[in-house]
Amino acid sequence: MLSYLLKRLIEMIPTLFGITLISFLIIHLAPGKPTDALSEMNPKMTPEARERLEKYYGLDKPVMVQYGLWLKRIVRLDFGESFSTDHRPVMQKIWDTQQPITERRLFITFMLNLMAMIIILLIAIPIGISSATHQNTMYDKITTTTVFVGFALPSFWLALLLMLLFGVYLDWLPISGLKSMQYDALPLWGKVIDRVKHLVLPLFVIAFGSLAADSRYMRSSMLEVIRQDYVTVARAKGLPEKTVIYRHAFRNALLPLITLIGLSVPGLIGGSVIFENIFGIAGMGQLFFNGVMARDYPLIMAILTIGAFLTLLGNLLADVGYMLADPRIRTEQ
Amino acid sequence: MKKESLSTLFWDRFKRNSLAVSGGVIVICLFVLAILAPLFSPFGPNDIDRNAILMPPDFRHPLGTDDLGRDVLSRMIYGARISLAVGFVAVGIATLIGIALGAVAGYYGGWIERLIMRFIDIMLTIPTFFLILAVIAFVEPSIWNIMIVIGLTGWMGVARLVRAEFLSVKERDYVLAARALGASDIRIIFRHVMINSMAPVLVSAVLGIAGAVLVESALSFLGIGVQPPTPSWGNILTLGKDNIEIAWWLSVFPGLAILITVLGYNLLGEGIRDSIDPRLR
Repeated sequence: MLSYLLKRLIEMIPTLFGITLISFLIIHLAPGKPTDALSEMNPKMTPEARERLEKYYGLDKPVMVQYGLWLKRIVRLDFGESFSTDHRPVMQKIWDTQQPITERRLFITFMLNLMAMIIILLIAIPIGISSATHQNTMYDKITTTTVFVGFALPSFWLALLLMLLFGVYLDWLPISGLKSMQYDALPLWGKVIDRVKHLVLPLFVIAFGSLAADSRYMRSSMLEVIRQDYVTVARAKGLPEKTVIYRHAFRNALLPLITLIGLSVPGLIGGSVIFENIFGIAGMGQLFFNGVMARDYPLIMAILTIGAFLTLLGNLLADVGYMLADPRIRTEQ
Repeated sequence: MKKESLSTLFWDRFKRNSLAVSGGVIVICLFVLAILAPLFSPFGPNDIDRNAILMPPDFRHPLGTDDLGRDVLSRMIYGARISLAVGFVAVGIATLIGIALGAVAGYYGGWIERLIMRFIDIMLTIPTFFLILAVIAFVEPSIWNIMIVIGLTGWMGVARLVRAEFLSVKERDYVLAARALGASDIRIIFRHVMINSMAPVLVSAVLGIAGAVLVESALSFLGIGVQPPTPSWGNILTLGKDNIEIAWWLSVFPGLAILITVLGYNLLGEGIRDSIDPRLR
């Protein structure tokens, strides 16, 4: 097991290398330079000043040399200095050590996605199982239809509708940020309630997108397992239906879902740009969006790299989960 | 003779599937609406009426007006053009790339296959939406660039599909027979093997259009997609967000249009799949 993990971790390195190379090339070869954005904003910028600036950032060197330099720094986890006017190290922007941990961008986005993922699983698995065990009943048809519409629903529109309903018309929930202005003055209990209120809408929106796909997947996986011989045997033995479903069928039906969870990581990360923009959350997605608008190469590269790393990690964890859950795979290794 | 009976079989199954038919009807309606936009829209998409700013829906403006007094219904009808164009062109690009890479990988195998598959794995690991954002922000955010970027980042599924299909078919007897008769690689690829993978590729293309429509609207919503004053469903929704406390109609209707469109393509795609091969259900 340990040697397998180690092998997989080492295998991640060339993939990560490939990802950074491709991202670097795409970003640096795309027309438009960071200095364009600066000179658009500042009409006094002379061509000489621009050249100096390009030299300062190393943009005058060939792309491969720039990539080499970037790679040299990245080994020390140094993502370089942001191109924005504050010139702060990119790492400080992502993981601001001067702020409490709950205010750091990577932490915010990571926790939001993690919580959403837990919610997805807690809801999708029971829905999938029950619509499989009640196949072709009214309940199954309703969930199937809901899921189908859920697939087609743009998440940012869902967010807008919920903001309209709960934020504007009913005025129950805040529509922006992760805490109120007077948060620090609140008693502990009030702080908790304030947090929860701010989290309800974003979490619901993040979770909803994957909910449809995952519950569907769970359903078809469960349907497949229910038809297997060992389930028939369990039934024939006279085991109660609950035991058959939850002890015999459920554990096997769960296997494909593990893979799906691993694969859904890039989607969750990508989606954070949209919902952080809508709900005004200061996370990685918002930082990336701002970085992209300012053509901040080091920041863009850093976030793409971190995103890819988290995705690979998600895949690895899925594989490990698969191994833990399925003895057949364990013995193969 | 054989071919005709196959397509009759397809139509029979398709017609019996009411959901698939309704998906098809939605898509056709959208086409008609988009092509004949000037006929259907009560106003020009960019007609500004200073006396009707942010008016709720009424008889004159069935879906209300926006912050410049433009008729939302008319803007949405013109916005359908953007959605259709982006969907088709982006998926066209993605499908062509996917077929080419998938065919080469599946047919030739060896190191070139390993290289292509590695490339696919890497592309799947980069959060695609981040990549699209990064590139779109650097190039001018025009409708053409959006189509190209969505296309360039969405071919991996098709490539995998085509490769898998090639792997399963290329050792069949009829392919070996064609090779024995001296057919060229190109001829074998296109005449004998590709035909078999067309059905799943078509299905994935139709479903891909739905995805492309969603990505375009998300980009336009974020303000880096289709630029105003050109109307798109996504950029009307941006106005909806900015005016969320005073103008609900700007948030509700364009999203509904996206939902119906995506639903239409999804129903159509799944319907085609079920009709081609009921076993895939």
